[in-house]
Amino acid sequence: MGTPALVNDPFAVGTSVRIRPLMPPGHVRAPTYLRGKTGTIERAIAPFKNPEQLAYGLPAKEHMLYRVRFRAGDVWDKDAENPDDMIEAEIYAHWIEKMDQSHAA
Amino acid sequence: MDTQTDGRRWHDMGGQDAGPICDNQHDFSLWEKRVDALMILCSGKGYFTVDGLRRVLEDMGEEAFETMSYYERWIASINQNLIESGAYTTEELATKMAKVEARGETYGDASLGK
Repeated sequence: MGTPALVNDPFAVGTSVRIRPLMPPGHVRAPTYLRGKTGTIERAIAPFKNPEQLAYGLPAKEHMLYRVRFRAGDVWDKDAENPDDMIEAEIYAHWIEKMDQSHAA
Repeated sequence: MDTQTDGRRWHDMGGQDAGPICDNQHDFSLWEKRVDALMILCSGKGYFTVDGLRRVLEDMGEEAFETMSYYERWIASINQNLIESGAYTTEELATKMAKVEARGETYGDASLGK
């Protein structure tokens, strides 16, 4: 199968990002509760073959997996018991987009 | 409801109300341990990955989650993935299941058979 190509540009540590607010059917590795939420890149972990293709037995390209840090208040809004607590989740690059001016609070 | 949660699939439970956590401890039976070992073998031999296991578990739906035990769901998913990856055909599976069934329901029966 050869070495799969690495896709997606890496995000720098500390970059403000948003998890893409998309709801496709099928096997997805970005939890719904984080889609559309904003956080920051905590670290790049490593590239892995895309599990969303592997799940169907397909050859998969490598995507960078990131640790993304979210503020509880940004995820749970008024339901957050401690809004300044942090939640970290591991999210693949293709589910992450940079915040631009139109998204910035 | 927030529009971004429209279309959330049943297994994607993060942030949903869940009720109390059941902390009953239990041992696994022999067949359950075998199912777990089978998954490791399938992955090691390249038939499919744990991602395929998860995909079929998710596609089995919430009713399976409510009515089947953990490893009952696993063996159903492993079987589906093995058929999809060409490890055996449904006909071969049926023939083997009939052979095993003919041995009898207990280890005692099976050991006395041919």
